[in-house]
Amino acid sequence: MLRDLTAPTNIAPTAPHPAQDTNVALSQREPIVNDFAITAATKNGSGSQTSNAILLRALFKMGIPVSGKNLFPSNIQGRPTWYTIRLSKDGYLARRETTEIMIVLNPDTILEDHQNTAPGGVFMYADDIKLPVRRSDLHYYAIPVKEMARQHESDPKLRIYVANMVYVGAIAQLLGIDLDEIEAALMFHFKGKAKPVESNMKVVRAAAAWAAENLIKTDPYRVERMDKTKGQIMIDGNTAAALGAIYGGVGFAAWYPITPATSLADALNEYLPKLRIDPETKAPTYAVVQAEDELAALGMVMGAGWAGARAMTSTSGPGISLMAEFTGLGYFAEIPAVIWDVQRMGPATGLPTRVSQGDIIAAYWLGHGDTKHPVLLPGSVYECFEFGWRAFDLAERLQTPVFVLSDLDLGMNQWMSKPFDYPEEPMDRGKVLTEAQVNAARGFARYKDVDGDGIGWRTLPGNESPFAAYFTRGSGHNERAMLSERADDWENNMDRLARKFETARKLMPPPVIDMVTGAEIGIIGFGSTDPAIQEARALLEAKGIRASYLRLRALPMNEDMTMFLASHKRIYVVELNSDAQLCQLIRLHSPKDAEKVHPANHNDGLPLTAHWITEEILYQETRH
Amino acid sequence: MTTVKNGSTAGNGAPTTAAHVTPPRMPAPAASAAGVNIIGLVKADYKGLESTLCNGCGHDSISSQIITACYELGVKPEHIVKFSGIGCSSKSPAYFMSRSFGFNALHGRMPSVAQGALMANHTLQGLGVSGDGDTGSIGLGQFMHLIRRNLRMVYIIENNGVYGLTKGQFSATADVGQELKHAGRNEFPPIDLCRAAIVADCGFVARSFAGDPKQVVTLLKAALSHRGTAVLDIISPCVTFNNRDDSTKSYTWGKAHDERINDFGFVMSQEEIRVDYAEGETKEVELFDGSKIVLKKLDGSHDPTDKQAALRLLTEAHDKQLFITGLLYINTERPSLAETYHLVKPIASYQQDKLRPSRESLQKIMSAMY
Repeated sequence: MLRDLTAPTNIAPTAPHPAQDTNVALSQREPIVNDFAITAATKNGSGSQTSNAILLRALFKMGIPVSGKNLFPSNIQGRPTWYTIRLSKDGYLARRETTEIMIVLNPDTILEDHQNTAPGGVFMYADDIKLPVRRSDLHYYAIPVKEMARQHESDPKLRIYVANMVYVGAIAQLLGIDLDEIEAALMFHFKGKAKPVESNMKVVRAAAAWAAENLIKTDPYRVERMDKTKGQIMIDGNTAAALGAIYGGVGFAAWYPITPATSLADALNEYLPKLRIDPETKAPTYAVVQAEDELAALGMVMGAGWAGARAMTSTSGPGISLMAEFTGLGYFAEIPAVIWDVQRMGPATGLPTRVSQGDIIAAYWLGHGDTKHPVLLPGSVYECFEFGWRAFDLAERLQTPVFVLSDLDLGMNQWMSKPFDYPEEPMDRGKVLTEAQVNAARGFARYKDVDGDGIGWRTLPGNESPFAAYFTRGSGHNERAMLSERADDWENNMDRLARKFETARKLMPPPVIDMVTGAEIGIIGFGSTDPAIQEARALLEAKGIRASYLRLRALPMNEDMTMFLASHKRIYVVELNSDAQLCQLIRLHSPKDAEKVHPANHNDGLPLTAHWITEEILYQETRH
Repeated sequence: MTTVKNGSTAGNGAPTTAAHVTPPRMPAPAASAAGVNIIGLVKADYKGLESTLCNGCGHDSISSQIITACYELGVKPEHIVKFSGIGCSSKSPAYFMSRSFGFNALHGRMPSVAQGALMANHTLQGLGVSGDGDTGSIGLGQFMHLIRRNLRMVYIIENNGVYGLTKGQFSATADVGQELKHAGRNEFPPIDLCRAAIVADCGFVARSFAGDPKQVVTLLKAALSHRGTAVLDIISPCVTFNNRDDSTKSYTWGKAHDERINDFGFVMSQEEIRVDYAEGETKEVELFDGSKIVLKKLDGSHDPTDKQAALRLLTEAHDKQLFITGLLYINTERPSLAETYHLVKPIASYQQDKLRPSRESLQKIMSAMY
């Protein structure tokens, strides 16, 4: 968000400490406590991720509602990266467009970072960076980052990492972040290893001491302890998803590296060996395979799901494209599988490290011919965990591929959450015939709708009954899984698959609805935009507009959607993509309501803000 | 992960893990009841549906050798899982062993489906049937990676050098200079899938000819006893599109040019070696389940345990367009995929008690996330 800068004060960039005077002039303001955003501008690959994670967790441990978002380039090392932390005493966790506290260690972006700091804000920067102009409306703090790094690290190659801890110490001192909580955050980050904690803390303490001695605080920003994170956890969505899958009994996972889904498989590999060793045999009850590509990944998952293991893959947009053929096979041959799509910006390679919700139509209908798939839409890290296990129950019950659509923001960023609840429902392994059952019946018809729900009974390879085997294929088949090109067999089969989809409609998690009595407008959203929508509703209400809210949690949509559409005069569908994909799906779901369903979509690669939603809805409201 | 060993070692000195639960094979009874094999099944118990392939198709001959090999070995049909891709070859698993589960996958993607299924239940025996288009073109990547991981399965390529279902295009294994009615002349050298398999470190590579049932059966039996991926490239003439006498994939050519590089017998575990070779003339290779391959030593004959020799032999045959058959390369040492993953019980057999970690473990993880 660029602001107009009116007549910036020209101060010679070489002046030693000109900032102090300006700072004093700005200092007559009330303190601003626990309600601002901090952005650190660094280079990727420099270790700033660690520093930012430490700051975030330290604030969280001080009881302040906080969220952190990494805005990073598709690059390994040396390109500009930003990390933005929002503190919100009121508990709003969406990204904000404005940053009050800018910390700049990267000279390459100094101009835009300088420009993008909110009026009245703080501009903290490494003192070897030359500022071309100065603004009269900022508080400047120059930090001797290089010098302090030199003092603490003799190896020039490692100094860059130390430099990042310098700004942690300086900002902690400036804002009042408790150094003990920084130490606790370091303990968390380094998994209790004393040595790195100690060496990092040394730098933090030295930088804090330097700041205490040399900086005159003129800005109004402060942090103060609260108790609003008590009993909460902080975790990223991909780790939550992996844990959900593990408590859901994942037996087989195959994947191929892709941003932003890779950390989901990483988390499986981290936690599975700790949680899923058979105590009797000491052998793993799972296998995770890094496949040669996404086609093979889903092929393996199909094989494993067919053979009776709870099988999953995790990928992002380009992987989904490659998985199209196997997804269609899974739909038609009726094979349970769970496919996590941690969405990023497409089409094509797109913006691999930027968030989007652009795969919802692709996932829903992936495959050639008449295919459609149940899709879960987690809106929080809590739901990443819950849908992590629930997806297997649905896939095995429905005998079909089930998608879970997360995204980069949800998957890779740290989120506050209530602790995950242990799954209370027993695992639903679906309709599987035992050897005795098949023997008793002397056979079975794999694709026969015995129960009227469209779902046939299946047997698993390894079932030793001579009547258990059947031949699985993607070509036309009859109820007994025999190859058939008969018109009636084809139609009966497709009719049954349609019935099965109606069963899915009933089994999928219903939307979460907050109905506001008398509200004329309703907002519909899904996934990671939830915090921004929640906040936007409060902003709208402050302007006299009350809006109901439906957070969609799955496709296909059910009657709750129909009812919600019927109950409002105007519906705004908030989503992060360019084609207003969910909006289109909703119009298809209820064509009679199509005219009152309006897109409120945005797609710039950044997490959505409450400000954008509010402005968009206010603008559209003026036109009605 | 912990290696779980059952304490015994195979005769070749390689550690035997509990990973492979091979069905117990009883010693061959002195005189079996008429038509009944060692597990009490008759040959009809191994049959499949009636073939819909063209009359005289080499693939049907291979299907009947699969039936013969499994029947004679006494493999339980329910213990076999059949896999295939897309193409004429890939239809054929429907035409043998109906009591075995089968998965007709996507074009070129049979390896990945087999890997998933056989990792979910590694105690089953995989038997894959693919074609030269399925393996050599669209599926070349998955073929190489399957071998690289050494999934325990028999991988048969029914190789006829031509696309049959789409009516007569050249495949990647067609010989250079070959002519077809519609496709014209093939200008490109063939991909030798046996050579490719050895390059990917396959531990069992053989080539045979659908017109040589005895060799096919013997190779199949040995392949079913192999520790990892066993590749059988079987030249299987396409009677409709590629059986002209001058075609290197025709019956006539095969019969006239088949050059056996070795002579060998297969001996089931616990069976006495009764091969008609004089003492000192044989070399034995012990297979994973204790069965043996007994190779007849011939002067200057190929040693299939020598990888370089196998590659040299294949390269020479490739350059001179020679049709060599036999066991090209064997290495019984590489661990199978299931062994690498230390699998003991089938993953698919675990139920909630073993699949869902305890409530306390989740609480512990949650408390660490503050």
